[in-house]
Amino acid sequence: MGLLEGKKLLITGVLTDSSIAFHTARLAIEEGADVVLSSFGRQMKLTSAFAKRLPGDTPPPVVQLDVTSEEDLAGLADAVREAGFDRLDGVVHSIGFAPQSVMGGNFLSGEWEDVATALQISTYSYKALAVAAKPLMTDGGAIVGLTFDGQFAWPVYDWMGVAKAGLEAANRYLARDLGPHGIRCNLVSAGPIKTTAAKSIPGFEQMEANWPQRAPLGWDQTTAEPTARTVAALLSDWFPATTAEIVHVDGGVHAMGQ
Amino acid sequence: MANTEQEVLAGLAEIVAEETGLDAADVALEKSFTDDLDIDSLSMMTIVTHAEDKFGVRIPDEEVKNLATVGDAVSYIKGAQD
Repeated sequence: MGLLEGKKLLITGVLTDSSIAFHTARLAIEEGADVVLSSFGRQMKLTSAFAKRLPGDTPPPVVQLDVTSEEDLAGLADAVREAGFDRLDGVVHSIGFAPQSVMGGNFLSGEWEDVATALQISTYSYKALAVAAKPLMTDGGAIVGLTFDGQFAWPVYDWMGVAKAGLEAANRYLARDLGPHGIRCNLVSAGPIKTTAAKSIPGFEQMEANWPQRAPLGWDQTTAEPTARTVAALLSDWFPATTAEIVHVDGGVHAMGQ
Repeated sequence: MANTEQEVLAGLAEIVAEETGLDAADVALEKSFTDDLDIDSLSMMTIVTHAEDKFGVRIPDEEVKNLATVGDAVSYIKGAQD
């Protein structure tokens, strides 16, 4: 029996087969879960094309969800029901965006409008997605998000780093408020991975520099598999009393001094 | 099954037309994806992914940036099929 046998999961953030969410969806399906994806706008065609490359006889359905759209958030539960899911046992938040004007060394020059976009899409949307999905999480379940260690100031990450620090705080409050409903909320703090999103960060190579050397376990930036496995584990019944947690999947770098 | 250059061009033009709304007849070998056809990185990823599915090939990310013109893409796909 698979780790996620019978689980019904909503997985956001599948863009290409380099996405952490793509590998999470792949593993979830292999481990017995039923998966529904979300995407929006012009990305929808790409998500739908990569959905066909996931395992299984039929590709997972893709529902519309722009996390900045009140209408999409309000309609999410119905859209997921229409896709054939009468409940959800887990939700993966793999969503983040910051305009280039607030990354890549532009911390001091970043302006509020662009910072606000980064915070809305990368931080606030974690809560917004959870609230939108909650009506379907009638038997409790797990919400898992993805962060990049928000304790530190990184080269070039700038306001996205602030957004991730906020996400880590939001995770604690979400865990506090959804715990009584049997919903666990946890983040995976992954090392740098060469996803499409990462490649859009100007100067990303400065963030990944020396990571493999600093990691006691080493680190392969070309694969999302270790991160996806951990997300799958947190979605399973094998972390039953864990919430408000941040699990590092970074080869051990977070605990090392220079 | 390998396609002729004309078949690859016609198939690719259909995909580009679907993504951009351009007339397939405008998608000629010498056209630059960015300068002539005004295709951004998200559209390029979508076009490449649909081309991979249509022609049964894989075009790695590091190759995509070398595909400046429609002709470059047709040559790459032909080469990958042969």
